[in-house]
Amino acid sequence: MVDTALVDWSRLQFALTAGYHWIFVPLTLGLAVIMATMETIYVIRGDDFWKQTAKFWMKLFGINFAVGIATGIILEFEFGTNWSNYSWFVGDIFGAPLAIEGIFAFFMEATFFAVMFFGWDKVSRRTHLLCTWLTGIGAAISAVWILVANSWMQHPVGMAFNPDTVRHEMVDFWALVLNPVAVSKFFHSVFSGWMTGAIFAIGISCWYLIKQRHVRFALASIRVAAIVGISGTLAVMLSGDSSGVHIAKYQPMKLAAAEGLKEGGTRAPFSIVPGVEVPGVLSFLATHDINGYVPGINNLLNGYTTPDGINYPSAEEKIARGKMAIEALREYRAQRESNPTEAAKARALLDEHIDYFGYGYIESRDELVPSVTLVYWAFRIMVGLGGFLLVLMIAVLWAERKQCLSKAKWLLWTAVCAIPLVYLAGQAGWIVAEAGRQPWTIEGLLPVNAAVSSVSVAAVQTTFFLFVAIFTLFLAIEIRILIKAIKKGPEGINN
Amino acid sequence: MQTQAITMRKVLASIYHFYADGFKQMTWGRQLWWLILLKAIILFVVLRVFFFRPTLAGKSEQEKIEHVGMQLTTNH
Repeated sequence: MVDTALVDWSRLQFALTAGYHWIFVPLTLGLAVIMATMETIYVIRGDDFWKQTAKFWMKLFGINFAVGIATGIILEFEFGTNWSNYSWFVGDIFGAPLAIEGIFAFFMEATFFAVMFFGWDKVSRRTHLLCTWLTGIGAAISAVWILVANSWMQHPVGMAFNPDTVRHEMVDFWALVLNPVAVSKFFHSVFSGWMTGAIFAIGISCWYLIKQRHVRFALASIRVAAIVGISGTLAVMLSGDSSGVHIAKYQPMKLAAAEGLKEGGTRAPFSIVPGVEVPGVLSFLATHDINGYVPGINNLLNGYTTPDGINYPSAEEKIARGKMAIEALREYRAQRESNPTEAAKARALLDEHIDYFGYGYIESRDELVPSVTLVYWAFRIMVGLGGFLLVLMIAVLWAERKQCLSKAKWLLWTAVCAIPLVYLAGQAGWIVAEAGRQPWTIEGLLPVNAAVSSVSVAAVQTTFFLFVAIFTLFLAIEIRILIKAIKKGPEGINN
Repeated sequence: MQTQAITMRKVLASIYHFYADGFKQMTWGRQLWWLILLKAIILFVVLRVFFFRPTLAGKSEQEKIEHVGMQLTTNH
């Protein structure tokens, strides 16, 4: 039996690292679009004001990038040390997108990033602008590969299990890349980055307005950032809608947990907060049909039949089939050299039950239910804050157009205070995605208790607290450098 | 052939000067490069070497297969 403390500490450490990494990524994605848009205006109009405006946001982009760089590498360290069974089990599939991302990111960043910062007076305006856009596009393409890898864990496709090597091997690269979960997750994550960048830029600009400093710069920044942010939020809503349909289809337990839905059915209600429900809305969000069937937690555990007659097995049946798959793998490996006939039988049994392989590591049906409280509230925080931030951006843009923003102190302060809220919304989104898929590292194939390495709990605890100290230090440094740069303000623009 | 070599040398030299001048003229960016260097040392020297040795490191391909195979098929 695997020590549950080891699993919990390994998960906590991974969550801490991933959460820390996601502080930097969305701002990189969002600010890249904002500063590139500003530079485009500079190239079109030839007004030096827009060049200096773009340069200021580029500076904050550079600070965020420098502090955030390589924080994702730690996740790969953790795969090798704490999650070695997982790393081996999926290596061929998971490794490919991550390797592409590493190589691609390096070359994109080493060239376009350098031209963007060093090339203002050395290359033509248009070449510089192209490099600024390519820096942003490169960051988004990097995200593609990371999210392809993550989405494969949520909905594994394009692979076959090889019992001789005990690992999944890629059989269809394009199925992996065009995984529907990856497509919606990519747009959802990247556009949420646009929201983060927009709220960050609007918040800082509003602070300048409160202080009556760099007023023209602040108002111009708000215009660009709000348009980027509103467009990004609408795209987040659209991609979130398709993401909801995919979750209902491929990870129904995650959806049931996010809704706290015990008993499902047709015309399933959407819970706004506990006790306040809107009938049929969950069915519509999950199936695009108000009468669509959505299973609840108990249905998923007990087994259920959909209105169109499709039967889904109970947790006990899945666990039994999973145990048969694991036993077949053990038998195949024991017999493959001495008794090919028995090995072939075991192989056939394994192939028959391979879809339930991971269930064989589940001891009790309760393990199949993620933390309902955590996922339920994380979902509401994400959606609630997303809605609030959209309204805020519209209000700020409207007030700016009506030339009354500088007088609306409450709105300016709300925008400043919204900066941490956009980060909270992003972190909540990842909690829904990752805590909601527990107990699986790979949906249906490998739960966390089988994925974890045989290392000591003390070793994981040590590195966990080490990370807490290092991450806090680096975050404090970043915030300090950012505040210093913000206080100094844009250069070359009159107050 | 010789002209091509000279052209290539010129291209490489101009790339070198582009980066060298960029680094020399940095102001606030210098502080960030020190930060990146410090972080790289902490990540790749301290953490990687002392705390994050891959569990399967040092094992041959076959030994890794046997190890994970055993882990996944026993005690479950």
